Amino acid sequence: MSAREEILGRIRAALKDNPEAPQIPRGYRKSSGLDEEALIELLVDRLIDYKAQVCVVEAAQVSARIAELLASAHSYVVPTGLDGGWLAKLDDVRGAGRGRFDSDSAPLTVAELDGIDAVVTGSAVAVAVTGTIILDGSPNQGRRAISLVPDHHICVVKATDIVGILPEALRRIDGTRPLTMISGPSATSDIELERVEGVHGPRRLDVIIAR
Amino acid sequence: MRIALFATCIVDAMYPATARATVKILERLGHEVVFPSGQACCGQMHVNSGYLKEAVPVIANHVAAFDAEDYDVAVAPSGSCVASVKHQHPMVARSCGDTALEERATAVGAKVYELSELLVDVLGITDAGGQLGSYFPHRVTYHPSCHGMRLLRLGDRQAQLLGSVVGIELAELPEADQCCGFGGTFSMKNADVSSAMLKDKTAKIIATGATLCAGGDASCLMHIGGGLSRQGSDVTTLHLAEILASTVEEPASVTGDIRVSTRKATR
Amino acid sequence: MSTFLGMPSLPVYGTGNLHASESFPKAAHRELGNAQLRVNLGHATHTIRDKRIQVISELPDWEHLRDTGSAIKEAVMARLPELLEQFEENFTSRGGVIHWARDAGEANAIVAGLIRETGETEVVKIKSMATQEIGLNEYLEGQGISAFETDLAELIVQLDHDKPSHILVPAIHKNRTEIRDIFLREMPSVDPKLTDDPAVLAAAARAHLRRKFLTARVAVSGANFALADSGTLAVVESEGNGRMCLTLPETLITVMGVEKLLPTWQDLEVFMQLLPPSSTGERMNPYTSLWTGVTEGDGPQTVHLVLLDNGRSAALADEMGRSALHCIRCSACMNVCPVYERTGGHAYGSTYPGPIGAILSPLMTGIQAEENNSLPYASSLCGACYDACPVKINIPDILVHLRSLDVDSKRGKKKIPTQMDAGMKAASWALSSGKRLGLLEKGLPLGRLATGPAKKITKLPGIAAGWTQSRDIPAPPPQSFRTWWAKEHRRPKIDAAPAPSPEKEDQR
Repeated sequence: MSAREEILGRIRAALKDNPEAPQIPRGYRKSSGLDEEALIELLVDRLIDYKAQVCVVEAAQVSARIAELLASAHSYVVPTGLDGGWLAKLDDVRGAGRGRFDSDSAPLTVAELDGIDAVVTGSAVAVAVTGTIILDGSPNQGRRAISLVPDHHICVVKATDIVGILPEALRRIDGTRPLTMISGPSATSDIELERVEGVHGPRRLDVIIAR
Repeated sequence: MRIALFATCIVDAMYPATARATVKILERLGHEVVFPSGQACCGQMHVNSGYLKEAVPVIANHVAAFDAEDYDVAVAPSGSCVASVKHQHPMVARSCGDTALEERATAVGAKVYELSELLVDVLGITDAGGQLGSYFPHRVTYHPSCHGMRLLRLGDRQAQLLGSVVGIELAELPEADQCCGFGGTFSMKNADVSSAMLKDKTAKIIATGATLCAGGDASCLMHIGGGLSRQGSDVTTLHLAEILASTVEEPASVTGDIRVSTRKATR
Repeated sequence: MSTFLGMPSLPVYGTGNLHASESFPKAAHRELGNAQLRVNLGHATHTIRDKRIQVISELPDWEHLRDTGSAIKEAVMARLPELLEQFEENFTSRGGVIHWARDAGEANAIVAGLIRETGETEVVKIKSMATQEIGLNEYLEGQGISAFETDLAELIVQLDHDKPSHILVPAIHKNRTEIRDIFLREMPSVDPKLTDDPAVLAAAARAHLRRKFLTARVAVSGANFALADSGTLAVVESEGNGRMCLTLPETLITVMGVEKLLPTWQDLEVFMQLLPPSSTGERMNPYTSLWTGVTEGDGPQTVHLVLLDNGRSAALADEMGRSALHCIRCSACMNVCPVYERTGGHAYGSTYPGPIGAILSPLMTGIQAEENNSLPYASSLCGACYDACPVKINIPDILVHLRSLDVDSKRGKKKIPTQMDAGMKAASWALSSGKRLGLLEKGLPLGRLATGPAKKITKLPGIAAGWTQSRDIPAPPPQSFRTWWAKEHRRPKIDAAPAPSPEKEDQR
């Protein structure tokens, strides 16, 4: 008998008392009922609590803010699907040449990514109550490696993509895409259960909330 | 109201003053107390130690004793024993396939209350000083026993009653919700861990500066009191019922035994 | 092995690191002697308790979430065969490869074989309880394959050649100074001026592992959740080492217990709200990764999953104990456990320590395996674990159930009953009749006399010596309540005056 058949057989035998699957009560909250301003305020509060840096700007100001944040970066990477307008101010700041595009047809190697200071991505949805940003690999976010290896992640969250609690967010997401849920910069609680920020993932997380 | 007293074996044999105090409180309120004479023990020690087979006759005896009595509600000065009667009795009867016993045990369990639960929820006592005449001019700290807290969800009933006793000075016990380490046969089978838990509990009790530690379960109080005695502390333990029964005219008795003292124990 | 009618004989127990090799009281005695351990554990568990309570207090629907989580897990157990097949179909159709492992040995051999196929001799690892349970690292070492733990706490334990003592924070028994000393001793190129600031230590771990992450071609992981309706796997982590392992290598091998399934994508919204507050006391953990088979151009292009039984079907066969499989490995129960707080995780022997370990280990190995029958007694039954469990596993009830399995398994096997057996039998006789108890209580005055003028008992023989090791026993009273009731109690007149009230003292 194959291991598969045998294990499934053991499990069926273990359930010989035919336990009934209960009805699932779902009395928990499905939404927070917060308006856009409250959501923005809460998300900002949570991100700061995680030691991320946050700013709230008008959509037209995103490119200026990105340029500002990248001012000291020697190099940065962006996914090909990033909103072109967001990069508009970059060349004015430091000149061309330090930005790289990562595309399906010409992906950067891990070693190349390791040599890059920063990454700019969009995001799929953000959860205000938990301070969580979800990336789903859409063209404006790129593949997972680019938002992981560079030490500085600049992430743009559109105000309309902010929801209150997790159930609202997961309803907007296709679960079969490669997903990363990010709540602040990398951190650990492994030493005396005290949280310290900055381990293997990006140690600096800048979130730009765009109205 | 006709109230059946379940004294519990430990109170019956070792702390009769606690049961007498319970009777005194209820009679003071004008209720009739009966003592089903067939009662002995809830069997919790057997169940919790894994001796289900040996627990069955103990449980059957308890159910028979209370089944035979005519009463409105039953009361026990112990959260742990009440939890056992309510939760363990039907469970053990079911696990040994005795559906008749399970039904009777469920019915008996439905009528039993822990003392503070009876006083607050059924008899409407919120002011022990005013309604019971309780008077106890001492600095007291309070340990809420695990089973009353987590199995019966007594909440702050015991503490509220204590706090409304005239003359009492309640000193808050830090980390009061931590187990004292008794756990029945756990205290013997895992004596080292149990002793370590006890030592932390007694240190916190002593640090409150209280004269004694009150509680609602005689077994936990015996454990804590036994530890305090061994450590040579003057702090002792006293059951909630005895504090509530204490009045200006008849203050709680001081026996000099390690379990109860409002003065320095004779050693 | 019986193949009669295709029904395997049950139960088939688990192997690997699931056993206590010495009894819990003995191991606990040793661990209690370690004063530094007590301080470290006390500090860590109190920190996490406070954080957990704080974060949960922000969730108005916490109890609803627990109810839902518990019901979902109960449904998973009831529907397990069907859900496993559904998951397998979805995971496979998206390019993943599934392997089934009956026990630890089979799982280890599968993983080693898969690594060998890649030609690699080094792998990076994300912290995983399943691979701890099967002893994968040690097995791979014997096969000439080096497995590098990348979670900070696992790294500390691995560098120190120690064993994990906690399922979430395997190095919880070490304080910052001890960790600094381990790094100085075991990390080749570490700065000799390393301080014990946790941020500095985390940075040292980053530097130490960076090259490994960037060059590894094979990673081994566990999984927190598997969604049957989509074939999706999830890993919940903090440091980003998980993302590194799940994203950069070409081959990913995941080892997961068969009980980890959730039926639908929607169920994730429940468990991702239950797990982070219960484990690290955070509103949300820094990183969660989800992947469904293979995604072209993103992440590992070869993805394996080893589905592990190793005693889980045996636990499932125990109707009273099966809910132990609801466990999501959050560690809340051990963080609130007064026994764990004082002994630490090593005293439990098994990979799974604390209250959940005290039930899960004997359920997976059988109560008679080695010293695992001592584990269900490692609890005062205070119930703190049940209150903290996000999926409402009634650990105290299962502990009691396992104690009864232990007692029953020994019945009739011993020539001479133990003191405990004899005592319980005698007590059953005495306590199953009010008459008999009353007769015995007639001896109380004698007992009181025997305690002498000190009015206390300070030393008892046999198993009762455990009690008198740290506690006195009061002298018995002159008479029992029962005797007093019969002889002295006078029923007051029911129409007695209302309760007397003392003159209220001036109170504020």
